[in-house]
Amino acid sequence: MPGKLKAKIVAGRHLPVMDRASDLTDAFVEVKFGNTTFKTDVYPKCLNPQWNSEWFKFEVDDEDLQDEPLQITVLDHDTYSANDAIGKVYIDIDPLLCSEAASVISGWFPIYDTIHGIRGEINVLVKVDLFNDLNRFRQSSCGVKFFCTTSIPLCYRAAMVHGFVEELVVNEDPEYQWIDRIRTPRASNEARQRLISLMSGELQRKIGLKVLEMGGNAVVGYLQCFDLEGESGIVVRAIGTACTLDKLSAGANANAYTHPNTAPASNACNSPSKDSKEPVFSEDPPTALGPLTPLRVLPSSSPPPFSSSKPCSRQSSSSDTDLSLTPKMGMGSGGSVGKEAGPLKMLLRQQTQTALEQREFPFFTLTCFPPGFLVHVGGVVSARSVKLLDRIHNPDEPETRDAWWEEIRQEIKSHAKALGCHAVVGYSESTSICEEVCILSAAGTAAILNPRYMREGCLDIGSGDHRFDEPSPPSCGFCHIPYDELNMPFPAQLTYCYQCRRQKVPDVLFTTIDLPTEAAVSGKGCLIQARLCRLKKKAQGEVNATSISNLLPFMEYELHTQLMNKLKLRSMNALFGLRIQISIGENMLLGLASATGVYLSALPTPGGIQIAGKASGDLSNEQHVLSIQKRINDAMAKNKEMYHINPPELSEEAAGSPIPEPKQRSRLFRSQSESSDELSELDLSHGKKDAFVLEIDDTDAVEDIHSLLTDAPPPAGFYSCNTEVMPGVYNWTSGLQMFTSVRVLRLSNANLTNQSLNKIFTDMCENLLKSLYFKLRSMIPCCLCHVNFTVAVPEDELIQVAVTAVAMSFDKEPILEKLGDRAVFKGLYPMPPCLKQRDLSSSERCSPLPEGRSRSLRSTRSSGGGGGGTAVTVVKMTPLSFLPGTRLIKYLGIINMFFIRETTSLREEGGVSGFLHTFIAEVFAMVRAHVAALGGNAVVSYSMKECVFMENPNKNQAQCLINVSGDAVVFVRDTDQEATPTLIHTSCGGTDGPT
Amino acid sequence: MAVELDVFVGNTTIMDEEVYQLWLDGYTVNDAVKVRMVSEGMEEYEASAEVVMSDTMDQYRTFQMCERLLHNPTKLANQLLFQIPPHRQAMLIERYYTFDDVFVREVLGKKLSKGTKKDLDDVSSKTGITLKSCRRQFDNFKRVFKVVEELKGPLVENIRQNFILSDKLARDYAAIVFFANNRFETGKRKLQYLTFQDFAFCAGQLIKNWTVGAVGESVFLYVLDNMVEDMDVDLDKEFLQDLKELKILITDKDLLDQHKSLVCTALRGKTKVYTEMETNFKNLSRGLVNIAAKLTNTKDVRDFFIDLVEKFIEPCRSDRWASADMRLYLTHYTNSAHLLDTFKYQVVWDRYMGVIKSCIFKMYHD
Repeated sequence: MPGKLKAKIVAGRHLPVMDRASDLTDAFVEVKFGNTTFKTDVYPKCLNPQWNSEWFKFEVDDEDLQDEPLQITVLDHDTYSANDAIGKVYIDIDPLLCSEAASVISGWFPIYDTIHGIRGEINVLVKVDLFNDLNRFRQSSCGVKFFCTTSIPLCYRAAMVHGFVEELVVNEDPEYQWIDRIRTPRASNEARQRLISLMSGELQRKIGLKVLEMGGNAVVGYLQCFDLEGESGIVVRAIGTACTLDKLSAGANANAYTHPNTAPASNACNSPSKDSKEPVFSEDPPTALGPLTPLRVLPSSSPPPFSSSKPCSRQSSSSDTDLSLTPKMGMGSGGSVGKEAGPLKMLLRQQTQTALEQREFPFFTLTCFPPGFLVHVGGVVSARSVKLLDRIHNPDEPETRDAWWEEIRQEIKSHAKALGCHAVVGYSESTSICEEVCILSAAGTAAILNPRYMREGCLDIGSGDHRFDEPSPPSCGFCHIPYDELNMPFPAQLTYCYQCRRQKVPDVLFTTIDLPTEAAVSGKGCLIQARLCRLKKKAQGEVNATSISNLLPFMEYELHTQLMNKLKLRSMNALFGLRIQISIGENMLLGLASATGVYLSALPTPGGIQIAGKASGDLSNEQHVLSIQKRINDAMAKNKEMYHINPPELSEEAAGSPIPEPKQRSRLFRSQSESSDELSELDLSHGKKDAFVLEIDDTDAVEDIHSLLTDAPPPAGFYSCNTEVMPGVYNWTSGLQMFTSVRVLRLSNANLTNQSLNKIFTDMCENLLKSLYFKLRSMIPCCLCHVNFTVAVPEDELIQVAVTAVAMSFDKEPILEKLGDRAVFKGLYPMPPCLKQRDLSSSERCSPLPEGRSRSLRSTRSSGGGGGGTAVTVVKMTPLSFLPGTRLIKYLGIINMFFIRETTSLREEGGVSGFLHTFIAEVFAMVRAHVAALGGNAVVSYSMKECVFMENPNKNQAQCLINVSGDAVVFVRDTDQEATPTLIHTSCGGTDGPT
Repeated sequence: MAVELDVFVGNTTIMDEEVYQLWLDGYTVNDAVKVRMVSEGMEEYEASAEVVMSDTMDQYRTFQMCERLLHNPTKLANQLLFQIPPHRQAMLIERYYTFDDVFVREVLGKKLSKGTKKDLDDVSSKTGITLKSCRRQFDNFKRVFKVVEELKGPLVENIRQNFILSDKLARDYAAIVFFANNRFETGKRKLQYLTFQDFAFCAGQLIKNWTVGAVGESVFLYVLDNMVEDMDVDLDKEFLQDLKELKILITDKDLLDQHKSLVCTALRGKTKVYTEMETNFKNLSRGLVNIAAKLTNTKDVRDFFIDLVEKFIEPCRSDRWASADMRLYLTHYTNSAHLLDTFKYQVVWDRYMGVIKSCIFKMYHD
């Protein structure tokens, strides 16, 4: 009996009128946990009832505490007929189970009904008394902290990174049970919401157990997804990275906060400092870890789950590896260190390898790492597999699904190995389901990690560590190839690193992680997208699965080519945050790849794009080719200017000296090796070769060129990226606006070709971006960060694109320009949030709990008449892991919410747009309310992982499911920090403050 | 190929003031897009009609969703659905309740009933204000009227608190409520030249001086507990009774002559229209005092403004008095009454003339 849950119902407000006769409501509340239910008295004839109930007490197992939500139902008492439900509130009490998180939940929650939406609010107080239970065989994992953030959370430092944790649970979908035929839509929706809430609680508990087993105390980069498999059930699955985190002292925090973005990135060669750093493993002084830990979330992709169980469904195509298909994809380096370092390095690598190999899957969901953690990056590895879903017969044994993922992970692991890497970082998994076909995808970045953070590694590496680190300056080390140059897994052109000139780097680098803070970059980055539609015949079962798996490799190849072309067009040489999503519909496949392009100073300048016509002689054709070539060249020049890409010219000249030597050396190697091809060798000496030739006669190429040139650049003053931050932008203001935008397009034309479909899809994405720029124009200069597109084919002729991102404004240059900008855009709404808010409301400050609560209570009393004070705490939301200009001082727990909304009066609610608009606003409101009740004032690493929209306009009906997650936090403004200069000072010295 | 669904939702609700105004003015989405496309600054974003259309629809939807809250502004501050910074909330409310003077002139003093609402399309075509906007404005009047009708306490303050309006706007609404409650006639042709602001000023004077709540706030503080209902909305009946006593000024021949000579003495040499003043004195005085004496009659209360114009302002205007002349005359007219030994109703006289003076000053346009 290790826990006592206590809940008190304080008051309600803005309740709907339930009794038409009196225009009032006789409200009472049921509070339910597990199988126990309490009721408040009826508060008659009032829309703002004051129940002020006693404390309802539930004595429960901590296992239940983790799994179950507290369920609060508000009802209207009716003497003669059944009581009418007004709505419900589900409260996840998990944050209360961790001593470091929230201690009480108290505040106003929107009362939510799946048919009517938000109907008034209720003020609730919840507490938990936990008795310590040291039972070794316990099934609960209270106290393990969960973070959606895919980096070491600010205000913590990683004492150790244990590695990959995964789990999945399956169940039947209530919507597909027989009983659904006789119950109301409301009952069915509520059953589903409750079930998913239970399942995610259970999942989190099980993952927590695994973490405890590994000796960790936290999961970072926790990614939980739902697969709604229809008939075959619901799968809830999660992956994450188990860590042991130490809380940084307040003082250290202050320092830690200097978020990387506020300081220019390339503090290039600080490798010496690294040497002086602690020896072996882990315990670097907090300053080293904490402060630099950048935060970034990358993969918020939401995969849907896999499917059912039973005998394995057929796996029509097993994974296609990215590798083989997309040869140029990634390359990192590391390969051969200098000659002398060679043997030692081998040794070290072996050690690390063994450390990692003991793990089943050396995967990390992190996308951003403590400095020194990432040694080399090999490139993107991905795997997909098409499965046929089958009913899950025994929910308790979800082996099939497990086996499917296991298979994919193995494949990823072997790809990484092929790249000479022992680990995969920035790892994520996703699914796309259409009827009974399901694509499972996994992707990550092959990498070599510093063993310092792994327990086993720490033991034996000792001083070797230093030497290992030394040759790779942090600004370029991660670019060096990890694989053996003589035994390359794919054809690539290698050059000597333009930064350190000592080791080989590839000509382009693709990764799924965030740009390491210490990387040297020239200019700014930009969002690059490749979009693709492929028609397919409608089919069933195996035939369908086969045709899908036959299409996949081609899609991947084309997406890759598009990315490459677009990257070159922008004169950039690396992609970060790469996320490729492939969605299946009945008659088409949609592919969308998003990434952030940058120019890494360590990599060679990208070659141009050359257009070639087929037959010379045809004059008009030749002219056509020439004109296209000119347009492309112009575009490249323009892009270079726009993104401020000016790689130091010096690299050319300086290149002169080191290159001859390497040449010799490589020749030497070559003689030994069987056949490294002459060509690439030659290319090495001039980095600038035009690597890309597009044959214009090829219809695909025409399409490529077309799409290349139709991508409109963002308007002046706008930048965009899908990573945590935009390289080259540092002076963020506190102005930010998180948003979600959804568009659905109906294809009317029945005989579409691949080309026209592509154009439609591309235009749709481009127009959506244009709309965003227009909408946010008052924030200029501004950057859209963490732009996360998800595509879906909800029905035959519908394409759905959803975007969640945050717009953050920055100061271009100090002051001067600002005035100008203001003047120009004055007609507009002078920017919502923070910029102005700073001076506005103190309510926005993080209100630690007591304050917040008293405020809300007060407002209860005054809610009847008075001059409505600012009763509502402002809660900021961002998909990033930080808020510029602030310090996160506390993580309050994970927010993971699932809502269903349904309507049978679509027209009356403003059509599909009105319906979804309201629903999304309601979801935001509920997230904010939960965060505020936990005592927080922001959500970081927010993502909308699922947005499933279905409509039936003829029946005037629509339904939508949304799943969101994030980390609730408390932040304080940087300016407040000045009050405690001493603390900062201390932390700079690297001393631990009091904890 | 058609856009089936298109939404944008910000954590902080984005609202463009320009679009808000277009919405309030009752523009349809298509018309609003046309206006926006030619408004300045648009070229900079190379905004296509499509983009502007999408943005406009979104914003319109947001406003529609907010409208319910705007009907009850106190809710806006503590609702959870939209995160809107306080200063934006204030802007939203203020603009929502702002009305067109041209429109309010049309309904001022009318009963805020369904009948009046039905006639709004006439008002719309007459004023050029869209029907939608007329309806919003009319409903606002009605809503404010309904809410304060049931409340005790000072009118302006009640409006300000319940609708979170600026002082200026709260006063204007008080005037509208006051006019609607007393059904003052404002629509006659002779009154057409008066603006809403003229009337609002007069209403302010009447509320301040002639209602129950007006009788020296200090005097009435003790009644606070059992505050008189509608103390600001209804005229003070006792006072209206007392006004009858003023009749003596015109019925008593001596008093009338005495009054006239006092005024004339004071005016002589100070104005170009002295002769006209002298000849008209008795007429004008009769006019003003008769208005006072009849105010116990609801019907005559309604005609208060028309009477002022007919009995006083028009005669003066036809004699080409300047505003300054008017001021001079009324000041001496009022003050001289104090010098009449046999005239005992000084307090009532002052209370009456104070308001009359300022109303006439306001209503007398050169």
